[in-house]
Amino acid sequence: MVTEPSRTKVLEVRDLSIAYGAKTAISGLHLDVFENEIFGIIGPANSGKTSFLRAINRMDAFDSAMKVRGSLRFMSTEVASWRNDYALRRQIGVVFPLPVGLPMSIYDNVAFAARLRGVRKKQQLDEAVERCLTRAALWDEVKDRLDSLGSQLSGGQQQRLTIARALSQEPTLLMLDEFSIAVDPVTTMRIEDVLKELKQEMTIILVTNLVQQAERLADRTAFFLNGELVEIGETEHLFNGQTKDQRTTDYLEGRFG
Amino acid sequence: MTARFAATALNLSNYRAEKRYRLMLFSMTAMLVLPVLIILSILVIRGAPMISFEFLFEFPRAGMTEGGIYPALLGTIFIVLVDLVFAMPIGVAAAIYLSEYAPDNWLTRAINLAIINLAGVPSIVHALFGVGAFVIFFQFGTSILAAALTVAIMTLPLVIVATRESLQAVPHAFREACWSMGATRWQTIFTVILPNAISGILTGLILEVSRTAGETAPIMFTGAAFFLPFLPESVFDQTMALSLHLFVVSTQVPNVPEALPFGVALVLIGIVLIMNALSIVFRSYLRGKKKW
Repeated sequence: MVTEPSRTKVLEVRDLSIAYGAKTAISGLHLDVFENEIFGIIGPANSGKTSFLRAINRMDAFDSAMKVRGSLRFMSTEVASWRNDYALRRQIGVVFPLPVGLPMSIYDNVAFAARLRGVRKKQQLDEAVERCLTRAALWDEVKDRLDSLGSQLSGGQQQRLTIARALSQEPTLLMLDEFSIAVDPVTTMRIEDVLKELKQEMTIILVTNLVQQAERLADRTAFFLNGELVEIGETEHLFNGQTKDQRTTDYLEGRFG
Repeated sequence: MTARFAATALNLSNYRAEKRYRLMLFSMTAMLVLPVLIILSILVIRGAPMISFEFLFEFPRAGMTEGGIYPALLGTIFIVLVDLVFAMPIGVAAAIYLSEYAPDNWLTRAINLAIINLAGVPSIVHALFGVGAFVIFFQFGTSILAAALTVAIMTLPLVIVATRESLQAVPHAFREACWSMGATRWQTIFTVILPNAISGILTGLILEVSRTAGETAPIMFTGAAFFLPFLPESVFDQTMALSLHLFVVSTQVPNVPEALPFGVALVLIGIVLIMNALSIVFRSYLRGKKKW
């Protein structure tokens, strides 16, 4: 594994296992995510990518069937030991595979996180909404109809709205779970450009089905298969054929199965 | 070479079967509407001539064979209002707990089963429970309060089931999106779930009003009187009620003009229909405002 001890670790995962009832989703996961990197996770369906993200922001607290074991440290603190897991989630932005525009106005969607933090001043909220929508490349399209329903935007716009909403949390860590599934290629490229800029300010975990997307964006990439981490490395090296495991090579070259 | 389309025998028989099933299902549905139409039209034809300002706002006279239904009308409204004060908050709160908080374990399943069973208990049994619990044990006496509480317990499942179903109709993705932003369960419920479940909660409210206004057995031992020459002054007084009054003038009092019971029934149904109409208006207004 490539490690750079000098860099700050946002996530330290040691021997992490996740199970839903009798079904194991992840076993023996061991990896680090560093500050200000885009960390790509690739792998076929059922490889445990989404479960891993859900463990990071403690969604197991809402799902009694989901059991997490092992060590998962976020900003040097064990996530399970955060006394207030809501505060933990406020530091972690999540973008889901299918866009979720909450059934409230565009403005309220983006102001939601700020309001949760206790911001009440109209001016502060206005600024936050404009800033986040601008960064998510959506401001120009919606600035004249901030009062209309977020759930009535087109799929691509809703996904950018979701990203704006995640940014409004001012997150330390942004997790994107196959964000481009319901988005057209042009919008996807625009969002990818946004992500490259955001990397300066936050750490990004990018789960993707598109191998090329990981190649374009990720600094390092991990390959998950059937709940196990097969290989992790500098994206450049992996895509140059410097893989340690034949399965990674097969997957990257589309010769899988 | 384009193959010409020709319907096979199987195609044709499928098509005919489709038509048959459609007709059968439609006629079943029509049979459902028919009794409602018949009841309503008989009530309107025979009861409408009774309806007048005096009928609605005067006391019964001459052994309830003349005069109006004012105390019964007012009594039913009182019972419904007091009932709503108890049934709505408890029912909605229970539904929120069961839908949003309760873990899926044996206790929750037992509670759900109990709610279904509560709805299945005969109303006369609820009436006797009301006498024992509210009239005697809590010493409310035969009163509006005792009657309303008895009906509230009986009709709680309506509110709970209607509310719970409307809460569960709100897509789970909304909850996950809120939670992942650091919202607590309650913040999620209050800002996203409840506003989108409001029409289902209104349905529960309407069902509750209709049932409460119409129930006779649970209130006749606990708070509704045969005849009272005065109006109730507090919730601890007895009252007349439309449903019981209808029963009384139909079967218990001699020499009642034939149209009188129809008039009473028409007013009773009128209350329910007006509530329904109001809720439909309110719901379509809400739907115009919000929808995903």
